[in-house]
Amino acid sequence: MEQKTTAWHEFSKGFVLENPLMKLMVGLCSSLAVSNRVENGIFMGIAVTFVLVFSNVIIASIRKRIPDQIRIPIFIVVIASFVTIVDLSMKAYFPAVYARLGVWIPLIVVNCIILARAEGYAYKNTVFNSFMDGLGMGIGYTCVLLIMGFIRELLGTGSIVMFNTRLVSLGPFNAPAIFILFPGAFLTFGCLMALLQRYEMRKKAALEVKKGAMAGTPAASEEVA
Amino acid sequence: MNEAYRYFLVFLGALLIYNILLIRFIALCPLIGVSTQVETSIGMAMSVLFVMTMASAASWVAWNYILKPLHVGEFLYIPVFILIIASLVQFTEMVIKKTSPPLYRAMGIYLPLITTNCAVLAAATESVKPGFLKLNVAYHFSLPECLVYTIGVALGFGIVIIIFACIRERLETSPVPHAFKGAPLAFMIAAILSLAFMGFANLLGL
Repeated sequence: MEQKTTAWHEFSKGFVLENPLMKLMVGLCSSLAVSNRVENGIFMGIAVTFVLVFSNVIIASIRKRIPDQIRIPIFIVVIASFVTIVDLSMKAYFPAVYARLGVWIPLIVVNCIILARAEGYAYKNTVFNSFMDGLGMGIGYTCVLLIMGFIRELLGTGSIVMFNTRLVSLGPFNAPAIFILFPGAFLTFGCLMALLQRYEMRKKAALEVKKGAMAGTPAASEEVA
Repeated sequence: MNEAYRYFLVFLGALLIYNILLIRFIALCPLIGVSTQVETSIGMAMSVLFVMTMASAASWVAWNYILKPLHVGEFLYIPVFILIIASLVQFTEMVIKKTSPPLYRAMGIYLPLITTNCAVLAAATESVKPGFLKLNVAYHFSLPECLVYTIGVALGFGIVIIIFACIRERLETSPVPHAFKGAPLAFMIAAILSLAFMGFANLLGL
């Protein structure tokens, strides 16, 4: 039971508590660039999750044999191998998606999420926990991409198109294309982060009120609201 | 196309029209992380210019004289380039430390960070596989073109990170909504700056 709960914790912490994009603020570049369409988000999410899970597992399993001084080059070689696998398979099986994602696939190597998890987690933990951690972080990353892709595609084009089928449509609506362009990415992400920050501030304020904190706190919570 | 004009287009494209930070979203982590002070931003910009130029030149040589003749470029370029960058960064750090202590003090702390700066890998990859410039010919960069391109990218990075730091220093003392304090505000600034840089789109047909 003990093992099970910790495994669940390792898996689920990537969703919100330690969400790589929103909380740890790593791997921002790729997520902003590819989140202009839901479909791109799915493929990028799968690619990153794949690399994250396998590099975590490999690094966790050889962690006792890695000399401390040269661990970073070793991590990078492990990560680069998996990125190459993704790079070549995507080029072979999904050429259209590969053309859209372009330079972002090779850039997964230097995506800070993966190196950060290798260095900060997999290097110190067991294989199974590292696997769960990689999976959770990957899913957390993918979820943010999907949310951003949904907002940006819906507002920017007026509909959501996935695998050549139109899923959601806003009807006749003069879509502000700015959302699928570059400023829209910053804008959407900034607003999402502000929402999360606000939610956390309110939660914290509510917690302090509950604890029967001193005078200033209720006022602070009101100010936030 | 006139030779000199082509160099100019490559440079301008890399510097402004396809600005690496605001238009192509590469290297956002240093943009958000380092750009809180003008001084540190200048240090970062200088180190990036230095490392990026060397890394692209080395990658170009490795690609054209080793990887391509051996027909292993397609599946080995990622590990090879990243190793080139990582060792170059280490090497640069040692050389600067020995030859110029003041310069080392100025940019020493940023050098290790640059290994994982995606801009360097992106510039290296694109100097051998130029993909974004809408120049009519499908061609590969020559070494001088690759250098011009990389310097353009690095200067584009520098300009934006310094502008960004100036704005952030001002906003540090301004009253902003609580929820937007810190990183969200930085993204808002980026959105507005990016909007400004979009004005360069389609300049000179690029």
